[in-house]
Amino acid sequence: MARKDLLELASLSREEIDRILDEAVPFKELFTRSVKKVPALKGKSVLMLFYEPSTRTHSSFEVAAKRLSADVTNFDVPHSSVVKGESVRETVETLQAMRTDYIVVRHSRSGLPGMIARHTRASVVNAGDGAHAHPTQGLLDAFTVKEVFPEMAGRRVLIVGDILHSRVARSTSTVLRRLGVEVAYLGPGSLVPKATPEGVRRFTDYGEAMAWGPDVVYLLRVQMERQDVQFFPSLREYHRVYGVTCERLKELADKGIWLMHPGPVNRGVELCDEAMDYERSLINRQVENGIAVRMSVLYSLKPGSGALEAP
Amino acid sequence: MIRGLDASEMAAGVDRLAEMILAGSAGRAIALVGIRSRGDEVAERLRDKLAASGKEVDFGTLDISLYRDDYEHLRENPKLQGSDITFEVDGAEIVLVDDVLFTGRTIRAALDAISDYGRPGRVELAVLIDRGHRELPVQPDYVGIPLETDRHDHVHVSLANTDGEDKVEIRSRE
Repeated sequence: MARKDLLELASLSREEIDRILDEAVPFKELFTRSVKKVPALKGKSVLMLFYEPSTRTHSSFEVAAKRLSADVTNFDVPHSSVVKGESVRETVETLQAMRTDYIVVRHSRSGLPGMIARHTRASVVNAGDGAHAHPTQGLLDAFTVKEVFPEMAGRRVLIVGDILHSRVARSTSTVLRRLGVEVAYLGPGSLVPKATPEGVRRFTDYGEAMAWGPDVVYLLRVQMERQDVQFFPSLREYHRVYGVTCERLKELADKGIWLMHPGPVNRGVELCDEAMDYERSLINRQVENGIAVRMSVLYSLKPGSGALEAP
Repeated sequence: MIRGLDASEMAAGVDRLAEMILAGSAGRAIALVGIRSRGDEVAERLRDKLAASGKEVDFGTLDISLYRDDYEHLRENPKLQGSDITFEVDGAEIVLVDDVLFTGRTIRAALDAISDYGRPGRVELAVLIDRGHRELPVQPDYVGIPLETDRHDHVHVSLANTDGEDKVEIRSRE
């Protein structure tokens, strides 16, 4: 029985994760055809409900939905009724009346996509909610690691940055660990939770983390817009202590370590300029894979299935 | 009640199909495209038979899961297997191959799928078994085994590489 929504990854079975990743392969193969579109979601509507700005995730979902032949409507939040004081509940009731089949939602409040999912027959895909989850990012990261290392179990991925506030770190490490990948966190002491999930190593020193022997270094984006509270002294300081500087890039190259980043990159903060052309950078591949994985996710869900709570 | 075909009857059907395709495509270059799953295995056998008779053909496999017309009625969408078409489809003379022809809906989906790879010069249809009961105006050009069935019979084809053995079972509705 297919699931209705994708809200987080912790509740997915290994079988469900494998199927989404396996089916992303034929979806990715479509991109080399002259016609990149398939009619699987013909006549279905996908509503993009983004309460937080996002260019990449938004356009990735939009391209994915269009390549499945769905009709995409952007519920442009800053210009919509939200500024007029309409509550999320009212918005959902409006959406329900519009009989949309899929809702892709991003919101700064953790758990909000789940609330919407419980009150609508549409399939809801969480495109990032607060510091809670970003499941399609986790899946596309896992797909990208798997392309490089088909036997993922035992491989090591070091996630660097603001772990504490990162839904990417949470979702990506959840799915990687489920697939047998060893995960470690590196970041300033104030931004790496003391209580890491079981089996996840915690580092605050770059050298010690590299001595652990990662196969992939995954740099999280420094959330410039969320630096209202200062967790580290300055961006230059961050680059020096946790960023991939040009010197460190050479070390990565020598050791054959792959580089990932969810984008968009803050040049000179997480990465030095040269790192953009690094031969083992998977950053652009993450973007391409994101479309295939999101197609696979939309294809795997069944709107209208499951029980509906009365609003 | 269970009726069926055994491995030798099926082998004879494949032979017949290969001979018909050979005769029908004399002097023309063709590409065999097997519809997954099982149409691909029938197509592989035909390719080998044609090669043994001195006719080399292009070959591909087609997964029509994304082109179906019945998602609304499925509790879970069909598992994707991927297509593999590496030859140039524009202008190609294609013979679609499937194991069983029934309602014609799979072939409708396959025609849509193949046209997203290019514009073939001609498309023909070869089926190992034609069991009748079409719901769309689709007719085969080559039939290995015509089979008389009831609309509600279940025709279950097993093939050696896919299922471990060659056989056909026809289960009638009680």
